[in-house]
Amino acid sequence: MIFLAEFSVIKPDIGLLFWSTVIFILFWVVVGSLAFKPIVRALKKREQDIQNSLDEAKRAREEMANLKAENEELLRQAREERSRILREAKEIGDKMVAEAKEKAKEEARRIVTEAKEQIENQKRAAMIEVKNELGMMAIQIAEKILRKNLTGDKEQEAYVKSLIDEIKLN
Amino acid sequence: MRRILLIIACFWALQGTALGQSHDNHQAEEPHATEAHARHDENAGHEKAHDDEEVDHAAHGDLCAHAGGHQEEEFDPAATAYHHISDANVYTIGPWAFPLPCILYSKEDGWSVFMSSRFGIGHHGNGHKAYRRYVLDEGVVKRIKDPGFPMEEVEIDGIVHQEAETADGKKKVVAWVCYNGQAFETENKSTADFGMFGGGVTSFYDFSITKNVASMMLVAILLGWMFIYVARKYEERDGKAPAGLQSFIEPIFLFIQDEVAKPFLGDKWEKFLPFLQALFFFILGLNLFGQIPFLGGSNVTGNLAVTGALALITFIVVNINGNAHYWKHIFAMPGVPKPLLVIMTPVEIIGLFIKPLTLMLRLFANITAGHMVIIIFISLIFIFGQSGENVGGALGAAVGSTLLTMFMMSIELLVAFIQAFVFTILTASYLGAATEEEHH
Repeated sequence: MIFLAEFSVIKPDIGLLFWSTVIFILFWVVVGSLAFKPIVRALKKREQDIQNSLDEAKRAREEMANLKAENEELLRQAREERSRILREAKEIGDKMVAEAKEKAKEEARRIVTEAKEQIENQKRAAMIEVKNELGMMAIQIAEKILRKNLTGDKEQEAYVKSLIDEIKLN
Repeated sequence: MRRILLIIACFWALQGTALGQSHDNHQAEEPHATEAHARHDENAGHEKAHDDEEVDHAAHGDLCAHAGGHQEEEFDPAATAYHHISDANVYTIGPWAFPLPCILYSKEDGWSVFMSSRFGIGHHGNGHKAYRRYVLDEGVVKRIKDPGFPMEEVEIDGIVHQEAETADGKKKVVAWVCYNGQAFETENKSTADFGMFGGGVTSFYDFSITKNVASMMLVAILLGWMFIYVARKYEERDGKAPAGLQSFIEPIFLFIQDEVAKPFLGDKWEKFLPFLQALFFFILGLNLFGQIPFLGGSNVTGNLAVTGALALITFIVVNINGNAHYWKHIFAMPGVPKPLLVIMTPVEIIGLFIKPLTLMLRLFANITAGHMVIIIFISLIFIFGQSGENVGGALGAAVGSTLLTMFMMSIELLVAFIQAFVFTILTASYLGAATEEEHH
């Protein structure tokens, strides 16, 4: 008995050819329109979404960077302002202190001067008083001399001398 | 990782032994089949006498002398391989044979539509009945040439094969149906090989839902369901990351889209993407389906009719979309001197047809070779076992062939992807060449 050894796959069967064509075209049309196209659409949409999200993130990052730079600038300005204000305050303070010192000095000087003037005045008044007193004394002495009878020179001289001594004692 | 490897190893070991067992069954069943025939001989009631039979034997070259008797059959690995890769009108999984619808057309008798169970499918897909002059031989429908053969369902004694010489001196195996002690010559269904490989147009056409057609339908429906499900998931989960089946399909889908369609088709990729995706997944699905153990191992993409149909569709799609630039390059290549065109134009026109032809043959040869190598490796068990006489040899060969089959199946898995990819990428390149705009 000869076994059927036929390499039949190389002989394209007309029925199989027909069915293959029909099934493949059906598969292509049905799955193509019901699945492949929607999948491509969904994938494209997702790709677009991802791109958009990435762009958005990039923009947000840029904005953040800008904001940060702005903040830093503001901070820097604020710091500058602060140091300027501090400096100015210090200057003003120093000035005020210096002015106060100056004023105090002036006052002191004025007080001293005034005191000096007063002293001078009092001195002068004292001198005048002394002079007046002396005048008075001289008159009194003269009076006394005049009142005494001056008999001799010697007596006179002794008298004057006693008077002068009196003055000295005074 | 180790656990996965272990599971794969177990799986393949099982696969090897299961296939081996199915062959053991074949060997063991052999006497049953012949017994059935012998029993039929009694039932049919040929008490006419042996003289009658002897007369017929003389007339038909003693063909049916042994139709009822038991013959010791030698194991033929080539025939086994051919049988396993062939398309059939019955779907055999292990010991079960599922009948398939037969849709047959002959000029004389018109359409005949019936289930192949009418043939009384026996061992190896051999039917023991004839119906409307059709018989089932090795799972394939054949038609009895003699118009005198009864049209109704009749029991036959068996089918024998005899080598015959065709008109042009080629050797050809012809199946003879034994009925009532007479041998009736059969002929094969019409094939579209134009007589190149021993086929050609005969008296009948077979439009049956064969094993390959059924496999194709099953794969197309499964793939279709899967893709429609995934497409719906894309709509439901809009704005979310892919999950489940979706994330399994997406990388493959995107691979074809970004690595095949876009580079070759430029900005026209979207128009041809469904075609390329359909091609890739259809071929891949069928390649892989044929590799699944215990599912009949349909050799769909290893059949020239299937790859031929795909190549034909590709050819039509490419040339329908060919623009003026493309046709100008074929019929009058610009920048080529006139005398050279006498050579160039025929070469280009031949090239037009060679492209789909190579597509067809490449896929066919790769998948058929893969299926055959695996069957041959498993056949080693029976070659070394000397058809059950040498148990030790069979055992040794079983271990070796399991390892070899495991190795081959791994390679075949790779080939399944590569061939689907190659078919698709070449189609994309032909489409790209056909639709390319003129640029100077």
